[in-house]
Amino acid sequence: MPDKTVLVCQGTGCVSAGAEQIHISLEREIAELGLGGDVQVKRTGCHGFCQQGPLAVVEPEGIFCTRVKVEDTPDIAQSLLSQKKPPERLFYRDPLTGKVIPHYRDITFYSRQQRTVLKNCGYIDPEEIDDYLAVGGYEALRKTLLEMSPEQVIDTVKRSGLRGLGGGGFPTGRKWESCRRASQESRVESRESGRKTLGSGLQTPDSYVVCNADEGDPGAFQDRSVLEGDPHSVLEGMIIAGYAVGARVGYIYVRAEYPLAVKRLEIAIAQAREKGFLGKNILGNDFDFDIEIFQGAGAFVCGESTALVLSLEGKRGMPKPLPRPRTTQVGLWDKPTLLNNVKTFASIRWIITRGADWFAGRGTKKSKGTAIFSLTGKTANCGLIEVPMGISLREIVFDIGGGIPGGKAFKAVQTGGPSGGCLPAELLDTPVDFDSLTDAGAMMGSGGMVVVDEDTCMVDLARYFLDFTQKESCGQCSLCVLGTLQMLNILNSITCGRGRPEDIDLLIELGEAIKMGSICGLGQTAPNPVLTTVRYFREEYEAHIYERKCPARVCKDLISYRILPDKCKACMICLRGCPVEAITGGKKQIHMIDQDKCTRCGVCLDVCPERFSAVECIPGRLDNTLHSA
Amino acid sequence: MGEITFFIDGLKIEANEGDTILRAALEQGIYIPHLCYHPDLKPFGGCRLCTIEIEGRGLTISCKTPVEEGVRVITENPQINKARRIAAELIIANHYSECLQCARNTDCRLQDIATYIGIEEGRLQRLKRTVRDLPIDDSNPFFYRDPNKCVLCGICVRTCEEINGVGAIDFAFRGFATKISTLKDKPITESTCESCGECVDRCPTAALARKGSERPAREVKTICPYCGAGCGIYLGVRGDRVLSARGDRQNPVNNGQLCVKGRFGYDFVNHPDRLTTPLIKRNGTFVEASWDEALDLVVAKFKEAREEYGPEALGGLSSARVTNEDNYLFQKLLRSLGTNSIDHCARL
Ligand SMILES: Cc1cc2nc3c(=O)[nH]c(=O)nc-3n(C[C@H](O)[C@H](O)[C@H](O)COP(=O)(O)O)c2cc1C
Ligand code: SF4
Ligand code: SF4
Ligand code: SF4
Ligand code: SF4
Ligand code: SF4
Ligand code: SF4
Ligand code: FES
Ligand code: FES
Repeated sequence: MPDKTVLVCQGTGCVSAGAEQIHISLEREIAELGLGGDVQVKRTGCHGFCQQGPLAVVEPEGIFCTRVKVEDTPDIAQSLLSQKKPPERLFYRDPLTGKVIPHYRDITFYSRQQRTVLKNCGYIDPEEIDDYLAVGGYEALRKTLLEMSPEQVIDTVKRSGLRGLGGGGFPTGRKWESCRRASQESRVESRESGRKTLGSGLQTPDSYVVCNADEGDPGAFQDRSVLEGDPHSVLEGMIIAGYAVGARVGYIYVRAEYPLAVKRLEIAIAQAREKGFLGKNILGNDFDFDIEIFQGAGAFVCGESTALVLSLEGKRGMPKPLPRPRTTQVGLWDKPTLLNNVKTFASIRWIITRGADWFAGRGTKKSKGTAIFSLTGKTANCGLIEVPMGISLREIVFDIGGGIPGGKAFKAVQTGGPSGGCLPAELLDTPVDFDSLTDAGAMMGSGGMVVVDEDTCMVDLARYFLDFTQKESCGQCSLCVLGTLQMLNILNSITCGRGRPEDIDLLIELGEAIKMGSICGLGQTAPNPVLTTVRYFREEYEAHIYERKCPARVCKDLISYRILPDKCKACMICLRGCPVEAITGGKKQIHMIDQDKCTRCGVCLDVCPERFSAVECIPGRLDNTLHSA
Repeated sequence: MGEITFFIDGLKIEANEGDTILRAALEQGIYIPHLCYHPDLKPFGGCRLCTIEIEGRGLTISCKTPVEEGVRVITENPQINKARRIAAELIIANHYSECLQCARNTDCRLQDIATYIGIEEGRLQRLKRTVRDLPIDDSNPFFYRDPNKCVLCGICVRTCEEINGVGAIDFAFRGFATKISTLKDKPITESTCESCGECVDRCPTAALARKGSERPAREVKTICPYCGAGCGIYLGVRGDRVLSARGDRQNPVNNGQLCVKGRFGYDFVNHPDRLTTPLIKRNGTFVEASWDEALDLVVAKFKEAREEYGPEALGGLSSARVTNEDNYLFQKLLRSLGTNSIDHCARL
């Protein structure tokens, strides 16, 4: 048994930064030093702190090597030989304090998390089922099949209080229960009408289990990380679900842009079949279940349940309007269908092995367990995090995220993906759970969390998100497709300095109508970024419209650059750098920007030597007369 | 025969079980705005204009909600009107609205909605015009496809799928680029479209419109002359010209449906090459003749042939364009002349 393990992250983030080579090189170095027997090099899924990748972690100590390059691997190998720590340059350095922290458990990014679903991501080799078995994998399935009736499984999930982690937050146990009921009814029905047995005993399934791994939100990668890092946990959850609702076939709907996740799922399914966790008579029981992968073409709207089902059937994914039966009643091929998110399925094994009470003991009264976010934007630490429900936004941003670097001020946090809301500093103490976020105008969504600082223009930010949802609308609701287009046009004109006084009210009016009159969650939430920024940052909209100023100095048509006469040293650097020759001046002559020529490209600000800092960017438009005066 | 009684804006309405609220309302002459509903098709629920409130239950769409005993439906309240008005305004701002130059003028479902809502210029002007300038597909000899007038109601898609069973068109692309498209966005003539025109007939706007926009002065109820199916048809006539054809929805044979021939194939009527009298070949050229002359000649030639070569020398070709009864009589005639050599153009 080797006494040390080096975990080399092979998640998509680290792989794109060269982690595969690092793994190969590290294995070679260790072999060359003759350490093969004592040190094991292992590939894992995403460790979460992708920003610091490529990562290598030395266990059991938990020594955390960041931004590893192939050239660093001899040093890491040497350190293992000499029983010393790897060189300090590889350690994490707190961006705010500058402190060097060698163990990842001491880094607030990790220490304030509560990793359950992600527990084994970054710890086990996702391509080795034995690794999963070694950490208790498939014990939940064993327990389910040997000790529990389907009703008991459903009851346990119900009591745990687990709510769907795909965004809607629907109580998972209740969904399973209703699917089981529909599935049994459908079985009775087909038996009565003799439809069940076709020809040579070929049976049409009575119901299906589908895993939603579409993950279409820009910037979100939680589901991908779970699939890449711990695929068996998802399979195990699906098999247990199949047993509970009475299904024999499962599909994983995963976007084709996730090739690594698809590959690892394929490997995992093959290994699970080999070990008898999938297929006929699972673990010797009278229970058959198998799973197939379906690769979606990557439309955001296909993550919506009815659209996903249509897409699985090979049709165009367009959400079906209410009133209609639930997917648990009439889903794939018109059969009862249980659709859950990747993380929802991955939570199941913990509920079964540790019990409903354990699960329900964490989180808040109405939101149990943990939430997983992709923390991105202007925090010192970015990455994949898992936190107990009910933690405050402040703790996420300032403890786990480590605050805002560069001495900048926090401005807002946007949660819930492209149609989530933007919450200001006053709401930083909002607890992170399904209901509190919704009340504040944001939402849990599928777990995107974007932090922005004072340099971000909220009008521009809202425009960015709306631009995404507008392009992803399926086009069937006129309010959704045409309404978001109008809102986008308005935001474009505001950011270009052509905003009209009536635009703010029009945005609200359109936004509310779109929310009310759209078929699916996309339209029903698309206006959120706009409505919340209007609600919490109205003065920024007003500055754009009435004063023709972009306070955050982002919108090019509403800012100016100027050279401060008392600081300019007439070095001519900016003059030469300006691409449109808007700067006049010469040796020993204070430089000036011709505001009519200037395209606000910002080059002069960038090139002006820091010791002079003579160029500044200000909100609003200057004209030449004012400037020279 | 009403099985269910319910209320629309306080008015007592009788409807059949299984009807939707919208269908029941329209049958009773109560207009609720709608764009994506068509009585022949399964409800779609995309346009949301038919939103109503059911007292005690909240808002829903009337085209998909079945009638229920005793429910009280409210067709407008401030909340419904607000969303409905904005939805209509959005469609109008996105619509090429030179109605006077349009084939559907005065017979357009979008005009119905605009009229019902009552357009307020000041409100419309707040919105940006978003009409696109997409190319018109005029490849089909009988109808145009003008995506700029399309409101994405999906009626054509459902018609082609549910009624004609062809599925030549579907929604394609996303966001503002969403449109109705053939496979690979080819011209309609390069798709599986059979030119039946069922979709053209149901399109609520002029996004699908028959070529030739003149309207007839009157309609004549008749039977399609093309085949033995005998579909009921209304020909639109002006003077002695046939300008249009539409299926007779009351006719049990076709319930209003027509095929490409019945719907579009009437230009032969006024065609200069059309035969209007029999022709007899004299000295190598065809010469106009009366029916009596022509029939006498046929009888004479038949007799001659039979006497010289026996009855088996005779044969007859009947036509798919006549009815079964006529075809029956035709074979009867030939058999009475003593021959079994009868065939039909459909086999040729
Ligand atoms: C536009 C839209 C996109 C969605 N995308 C996803 C997605 O990518 N993944 C997901 O799990 N759920 C997504 N959902 C939510 C699903 O409709 C559904 O609620 C969820 O998969 C159910 O699983 P859960 O109960 O485990 O959360 C989306 C919903 C909408 C309206
Ligand atoms: S809300 Fe938007 S995405 Fe959803 S069904 Fe309507 S048009 Fe499609
Ligand atoms: S912002 Fe760009 S265009 Fe304007 S003066 Fe500076 S370098 Fe020239
Ligand atoms: S389709 Fe209707 S609304 Fe559009 S231009 Fe023609 S008549 Fe007017
Ligand atoms: S004309 Fe007929 S076949 Fe062609 S698209 Fe329309 S309904 Fe389909
Ligand atoms: S072409 Fe006509 S029927 Fe088809 S979606 Fe457009 S408006 Fe509706
Ligand atoms: S030709 Fe077409 S429209 Fe005319 S009767 Fe036959 S099927 Fe009907
Ligand atoms: S991919 Fe390596 S830490 Fe996320
Ligand atoms: S007519 Fe009901 S939604 Fe369009």
